[in-house]
Amino acid sequence: MIVGTLCLIQTSGLKRWKPLAAVAIWLVVVGLATPAASDLRIDITRGVVQPLPIAVADFEGSGEEASRLGRDIASVVAADLERSGLFQPVDPKAFIQARPSMETLPRFGDWRVIDAQALLHGRVLFLEDGRLRVEFRLWDVFAEQQMAGLAYFTAPNNWRRIAHIISDAIYKRITGEDGYFDTRVVYIAESGPHDRRVKRLAIMDQDGENHRFLTDGRTLVLTPRFSPTLQEITYLSYTGGAPRVYIRNIDIGRQEVIGDFPGMTFAPRFSPDGEKLIISMAKDGNSELYTIDLRTRAKKRLTFSSAIDTSPSYSPDSRQIVFNSDRGGSQQLYVMDADGSKVRRISHGKGRYATPVWSPRGDLLAFTKIQGGKFYIGVMRPDGSGERLLTEGYHVEAPTWAPNGRVLMFFRQEPIRKDGGGGGSRLFSIDLTGRNEREIPTPLDASDPAWSPLHP
Amino acid sequence: MRFKPVALFAALALVAACESTSEETGTASGAGTGAGDVETAVVVTEIEVEEVSLSPVEAEEEMVGIGDRVFFGFDQYTLSGEGRVTLEGQAALLNKYLAITVVIEGHADERGTREYNLALGERRANAAKNYLVVLGVDPGRIRTVTYGEERPAVVGSNDGAWAQNRRAATIVAGSSAGS
Repeated sequence: MIVGTLCLIQTSGLKRWKPLAAVAIWLVVVGLATPAASDLRIDITRGVVQPLPIAVADFEGSGEEASRLGRDIASVVAADLERSGLFQPVDPKAFIQARPSMETLPRFGDWRVIDAQALLHGRVLFLEDGRLRVEFRLWDVFAEQQMAGLAYFTAPNNWRRIAHIISDAIYKRITGEDGYFDTRVVYIAESGPHDRRVKRLAIMDQDGENHRFLTDGRTLVLTPRFSPTLQEITYLSYTGGAPRVYIRNIDIGRQEVIGDFPGMTFAPRFSPDGEKLIISMAKDGNSELYTIDLRTRAKKRLTFSSAIDTSPSYSPDSRQIVFNSDRGGSQQLYVMDADGSKVRRISHGKGRYATPVWSPRGDLLAFTKIQGGKFYIGVMRPDGSGERLLTEGYHVEAPTWAPNGRVLMFFRQEPIRKDGGGGGSRLFSIDLTGRNEREIPTPLDASDPAWSPLHP
Repeated sequence: MRFKPVALFAALALVAACESTSEETGTASGAGTGAGDVETAVVVTEIEVEEVSLSPVEAEEEMVGIGDRVFFGFDQYTLSGEGRVTLEGQAALLNKYLAITVVIEGHADERGTREYNLALGERRANAAKNYLVVLGVDPGRIRTVTYGEERPAVVGSNDGAWAQNRRAATIVAGSSAGS
């Protein structure tokens, strides 16, 4: 992957943000009509949301390839918006004005009559230097006002990212919340018989596209997590027969064992600043939490208990850690300060609580709950109050947050039938209302998803 | 290999008398004393001579014959009475053939979360290891590894399968005599 510079440019004042390591994408605000205030808004903090009807027209393109890209970009954006459960793309067959021009105002009456409350259209141009210019406008059809207009410059093979970035811009403009479409998912691809399952590290875009296996399946790998920069993942591997925590550079593909520990290491996660790993280390059957400074390799033990202490997660401000422990007799959630002090149990409901994950917004913890022979994915506040179960099944596990803290991904495993069939495992996303559960397509069975932060 | 029951008896006899015989594997002197049944002791002598250089494959066969695995209750890692008897048989084999090294694999059923099950498997493997050590096996000959819920012995989503999968299995890793 070519690493370049990402800059955002606003034509009003040409303000330049600091460059970050990423694929080179330039952005310009496109003005036409006055970008006046619009009332069109989805409040996703409310319980029930009626999806907003939005018309997503194919982006215009001069020439065959630009036209094809224009169609593809529109379909990726429409699919992103639809999957969020907050938007209902209008069937393009109903469109009266098939392809609005970027040079003139849309014929709003044509869009009103098909009940599209918002209209997205755009244009794809190949520049002389070989780059792509993709621009779009978002309209409030009833107010007849432009809500957003932006142009992006990038290498043509980045067109999918541009589409996701446009989806994020629309999501943010209409909901007021950051989007989560320009993200990736690392997970474990599963295949083969259940008593000797082949497991491979795999990575894909959040919509399942750009899928790639990172390992060949000869070595058992589990529980991957992204670094904050998205450049690295940490995971458990049985390389050489002993389970140990590794860090792997995604693009270079080299893996490195982390820490010189006398026992097995597992359950790794990066600290929010990416400078440390927090892991469990098991020696003589006792699992404790440790941090490792990735530069100095200094280890620090955080828990001191004969119980199983594992599945840690930092709060986004790095000041606290939530983990699960059976120190009270059964698996429950505990929060402690980042130095290991002030440990307090926060889960008090019936059943066992596991795999807590702190929301990137800091306001909630997601968890797996096991009760009465069923598994649940739920959320609660960091003080343990406000428990809400979002979904259930024979086996649902391992919630991971979208970077905006509004959507979770997890895996769902079916029971093995008497004839030996079944037992499949797939990835799903669900929003915080619990009403919009969607399968994430993967080529093989899938488990242990980890959602990336937004691309820097 | 029809003489397995005898070999097992011999192994148990050795346990009773073996506290200080770790240097004497392969000799008949330790087994003959105090074993009670002279007839059996003679047979034991012959078998020991035959099998002193067990290959890892043969050792593994013996291990399976004795019972290579012990089972645990749901979310438990304490040994059952039955589990202890199995481990006593394993200890006898290991105390007889000092060249053998083993790996104890700890496993969990599928009704837990993956990371917790890794920790639980580690606990189970160590529970089995600790008992073998109590029975005189050098801890340096025992490696433990957990597979959590990743390697079920029985594929199935029912109580019977789960009970079989909550286990610590002792696998012969090597034998200096056989390699």
